[in-house]
Amino acid sequence: MKRLLLASAVSALAAGGAFADEMKLGVLLGYTGPIESLTGHMADGAELAMREVTESGAFLDGMSVTGVRADSGCVDSALATASAERLISSDGVVGIMGADCSGVTRAVLENVAMGNGVPMVSPSATSPGFSEFDSDGIFYRTAPSDARQGEVLAGIVMERGFESVAVTHTNNDYGSGFANAFVENFTDAGGEVTTVVPHEEAKGDYSAEVGSLASAGGDALVVLGYVDGGGSIIRTAYELGAFEQFFMGDGMYGDELIESTGEAIEGTVGTIPSATGEAAENWERVGEEGDINWSSSFVSESYDAAALMILAAQAAGEATASGIAENIMNVANEPGEEIHAGDLARGLEILAEGGEIDYVGATNVELVGYGEAAGTYREYVVEDGEYVTVQFH
Amino acid sequence: MDPVSAFILLSNFVVIPALAYGSQLALGALGITLIYGILRFSHFAHGDIMAFGTAVVILTTWALQGFGISFGVLPTALLALPVGIVATILYLLAADRTVYRFYRKVRAKPMILVMASLGVMFVTNGLTRLLIGPGQQRFDDGTRFVFSVRDFREWTGLSEGLALRSSQFLTLIVALVAMALLFWFLNRTRGGKSMRAYSDNEDLALLSGINPERVVVITWAIAGTLMVLAGTLYGLDKSFRPFTYFQLLLPFFAAAILGGLGNPLGAIVGAYVVAFSEMGITYAWRRFFEHLLPESWAPDGMLQILPVDYKFAVTFAILVLVLIFRPTGIFRGKSV
Repeated sequence: MKRLLLASAVSALAAGGAFADEMKLGVLLGYTGPIESLTGHMADGAELAMREVTESGAFLDGMSVTGVRADSGCVDSALATASAERLISSDGVVGIMGADCSGVTRAVLENVAMGNGVPMVSPSATSPGFSEFDSDGIFYRTAPSDARQGEVLAGIVMERGFESVAVTHTNNDYGSGFANAFVENFTDAGGEVTTVVPHEEAKGDYSAEVGSLASAGGDALVVLGYVDGGGSIIRTAYELGAFEQFFMGDGMYGDELIESTGEAIEGTVGTIPSATGEAAENWERVGEEGDINWSSSFVSESYDAAALMILAAQAAGEATASGIAENIMNVANEPGEEIHAGDLARGLEILAEGGEIDYVGATNVELVGYGEAAGTYREYVVEDGEYVTVQFH
Repeated sequence: MDPVSAFILLSNFVVIPALAYGSQLALGALGITLIYGILRFSHFAHGDIMAFGTAVVILTTWALQGFGISFGVLPTALLALPVGIVATILYLLAADRTVYRFYRKVRAKPMILVMASLGVMFVTNGLTRLLIGPGQQRFDDGTRFVFSVRDFREWTGLSEGLALRSSQFLTLIVALVAMALLFWFLNRTRGGKSMRAYSDNEDLALLSGINPERVVVITWAIAGTLMVLAGTLYGLDKSFRPFTYFQLLLPFFAAAILGGLGNPLGAIVGAYVVAFSEMGITYAWRRFFEHLLPESWAPDGMLQILPVDYKFAVTFAILVLVLIFRPTGIFRGKSV
């Protein structure tokens, strides 16, 4: 017992000692729940940025940056709030990279982050609801709003000649916001939406949902959900012969989807936030060198989210929550020198000398409105079990 | 007007899925009703022990697949069934020795046994998650369809399609065989007769030389077998996830109570009534009537009585209505 006490006292001292030359950022993602297959890679992306900065030694006189992972459960607000409270009160993080799904992100923002003044940069909360929400400079996101994605996806469906579609969405903030945006844009463009059916995640059987969708009819089915439930719906709809052509949103993208749906997914067209040109090429190189799954959903956004907070702390000259919150917009947008992924050390040096930077990062970061990404989207089609890029929007 | 299309549509989206679902429910409800009839309590751990048994089947399936063993066109899980059944029966007997036997000895009130089974449920719940995790597992292999929608359209040239998945077909066959064997056992064999005697009157059965412990063991063995069959078929047909199995408890009890607790035939009828009500009440009937009625009468709305999310509400409603108006169930089982 004595030895245990001694050991914990020593480690407490050591932790206290390390505090001065270490900045901690929370990595709050749903390591359990409907998008658990994506979040491991996303955390890798965020931690890659932290590692890059730590290794460069250019951050605030050689301070290191470490990530503290915590579980948001994606759809479990109580869990996410508790995790965020733990991050702030016991781990002492000065910023939170997260959360992931829109519902829990909103819960953490309003219940924990705003009260404590700790900034959040979400890589994947895409609900249109955040566009109108004034968080007082606490909340930012590197993934664009689904209002924009709804518009892009509606355009793609129209362009491919499907004028009457049925829509199903996962029953949460993300799904309903995305569906609203899609339906609005699609009907404005002259299309017809036969029905909108919400679905729950983690059910054994989706044949009833598919039954109502089939009864309403339509030339194609638009699925705005996650790999789990959305994938089951696509498979069931294909097997029951209800629909042949599917369109899907960003939450569905992933290799697991192709594995679980097999031939049903062939020819499916979808959208995912993605960067183009030089930024994308740099990101590919950084991702390959960092040995992470860089092309998985929201990994580049996660890298950017973490990088933005670190650069903001450097601009403030101090590793504090308020310093980060005040400087994110400055480092993200013009004017200043363009900083790409893998180039963080140079950005830190410019800031240390009092210069200005325009962080481009892995996803062409540009923050508009209350601090959300403007966004470009990649249109892809599934061919022979592979995601093939069609074009960028 | 096109009544043929209307009925194909209905078969594809309601009749076949409900028949398969109903058969899976029937196997589960039979277990519940047997345990209630003979051991005299509502077995709340049913869904979770079913998940446990299915998890064993899944792990065995994976092991078999790892050794390169398959069952041709049939799912490998069928080969793994005996392992799952034995494991589940052993588990149930262990639970009986450690928990239920004591309460039986002291002739505790049924409610105390129900609470004990609730405890067993929580323990099993955790154990299953330790064994296989909380996530969704797929373990179906072999041929997926007896005939698919595309085959059917090609044969008939009709616009509406009809699919019959192998797992649905298998469910119907296995359920029919299991039910037939069960009724044969209950009505024709010594073991079955001693079970019915014990169920009718415990003391008289004792006097005529029936060993009660043996009856208990047989009951658990039958219930365990039915659970693993129901769980594996449900998992093959839909997907396996411990939580969905726990949720099946509600339709199981609704079916058993609707049919009359303690009455095996009632459990089967109850299961199909529950399955068809769940599917029928949440189905959007628009396209069915579009086919059936002349064009000028075509309906505008979806003709859906309740949204799909209210599936469980349908089951609850059935349960409540039965308990209010006919607590003994359709076939006059024991009152709850």
